Amino acid sequence: MAIDAATVRRVAKLARIAEPEERLEPLARELSAIISFIEQLDEVNTDGVEPMTSAVHVTLPMREDVVADGGDAERVLLNAPKSDQGFFVVPKVVE
Amino acid sequence: MSERPPYRIQGRTGEWEVVLGLEVHAQVASKAKLFSAAGTGFGAAPNDHVSLVDAGFPGMLPVINRFCVEQAVKTGLGLKAKINHRSIFDRKNYFYPDLPQGYQISQFKDPIVGEGELIVHHDDGTSFTVGIERLHLEQDAGKSIHDMDPNATYVDLNRSGVALMEIVSRPDMRSPDEAAAYVKTLRQLVRYMGTCDGDMEKGNLRADVNVSVRKPGAELGTRCEIKNVNSLRFIQQAIVYEAHRQIEVIEDGGKIVQETRLFDAGKGETRSMRSKEEAHDYRYFPDPDLLPLVLDPVWVKQIQATLPELPEQKLARMQSQYGLSAYDAAVLVGDVARADFFEEAAKGRDAKLVANWVLNDLSGKMGADGLEFEASPVSAADIGALVGLITDGTISGKIAREVFERMWAGEGAPAAIVEKHGLVQVTDTGALEAAIDEIMAANPDKVESAKEKPQAIGWFVGQVMKATGGKANPGAVNQILKAKLGL
Repeated sequence: MAIDAATVRRVAKLARIAEPEERLEPLARELSAIISFIEQLDEVNTDGVEPMTSAVHVTLPMREDVVADGGDAERVLLNAPKSDQGFFVVPKVVE
Repeated sequence: MSERPPYRIQGRTGEWEVVLGLEVHAQVASKAKLFSAAGTGFGAAPNDHVSLVDAGFPGMLPVINRFCVEQAVKTGLGLKAKINHRSIFDRKNYFYPDLPQGYQISQFKDPIVGEGELIVHHDDGTSFTVGIERLHLEQDAGKSIHDMDPNATYVDLNRSGVALMEIVSRPDMRSPDEAAAYVKTLRQLVRYMGTCDGDMEKGNLRADVNVSVRKPGAELGTRCEIKNVNSLRFIQQAIVYEAHRQIEVIEDGGKIVQETRLFDAGKGETRSMRSKEEAHDYRYFPDPDLLPLVLDPVWVKQIQATLPELPEQKLARMQSQYGLSAYDAAVLVGDVARADFFEEAAKGRDAKLVANWVLNDLSGKMGADGLEFEASPVSAADIGALVGLITDGTISGKIAREVFERMWAGEGAPAAIVEKHGLVQVTDTGALEAAIDEIMAANPDKVESAKEKPQAIGWFVGQVMKATGGKANPGAVNQILKAKLGL
């Protein structure tokens, strides 16, 4: 599967990554190369094989319903570029 | 099925039918979040109930809350739905400031609960069935506040990561009434099971409403989804507005564009959420941080065994066991505390009479004072005792009202009140005869007219009641009067 510049533009936009116009073609080539490398796996017949979700045989671990975290808004906000009265502050989101 | 007339909207080109499907988000009544150990309590200071998992810090890993899984299974069982013993968590990718991970953990292809159904009752006792397509577990997002600063949006992540059950119905509803009745019934079900508190005001249960219109019997039209409607009244208003809007577009020669719309409760209208249109590519894929959720069949059986009597079953039992009407049964079942109160009071009593007292006099008083049945100032045993005094002839229904007023005022048990105020019904024929004789002697004209017009006997009954302070047994008075007047 080949990726074209329009697809790169769209994926970049969905991922909120700013890519200058002149980077789209080179990126399309790089991504196409990566994908065709991976596509070698298609040669293996996997009909009727369950997708492997983990390399080890473990079941999903579960947690009991106990509150044991939180209560530290300061720590949560530590990396925020801007905060006020305990809130994260971000540029205005227009609905 | 419903025997109500179909809901139709009259357009310029004829009648239109509305087709509705709902996605209800019910917050799981858990103490901690779906994938973190932060709390879920309402009204905390901003970002107080936030772990680094909920804030989307790099390297944080989700660990699922067993209780939340159990509630989803329980709700699924209550919906008579297929429980999927293997389900998958997917990432639903989109960008928004209140979604710090950049994706919501949800279930896309393989939800925990598959197809089921819900029998929905209207207040008048008619019912209809709504198909359930699926129920899946997912995370709630945080909250964006747009009005704290003209140039900035404030974000509180307290809700981020809270467990939601998204319950998706089939497009089986055909009127605003049916949609509201469905949500009401679903809300009642989750409250009975304790899987969600159903508090719509706090947003713990809210609905996305899919609306389309068509000429009756025609192919399904294109639908629009109205997001996050959080009251039964708003659901109905939003549907009515949106259906009329769509009809107008079509009748003007236009086409409905499938889109997400917001309901503005202040203006009573829906409007397009244009900003999100382009972002509607969620690129779902299985979350590599989470293994498939595999349910032990033994555990599912254990959960099944903990299911309480469900509203549907209780409704049927109320009618068969106590001989109540569908309407009375439905009102009782509508509030589990009221149903329990009734059953306690009805022990060994005339159940229909108990139902009347609970539903009319007591419910009326409670409603006027804004009280819940858990906090009734009159006990169930005392209501039962009051009905006992009526059925054994100790007091009349009229006196019972007075006794009830005194019970409400806190004077104690009905028998004690009756004794204290001398309210025992006079059935002593001698005393009643004496009173009647006196009245007849003082009113010879009335006696004459009563002999010609038997309905005038009512006047005498009233007089006897007055003379005995309302304590005369009306049946006995009637009997004696008829004999004396030769009727």
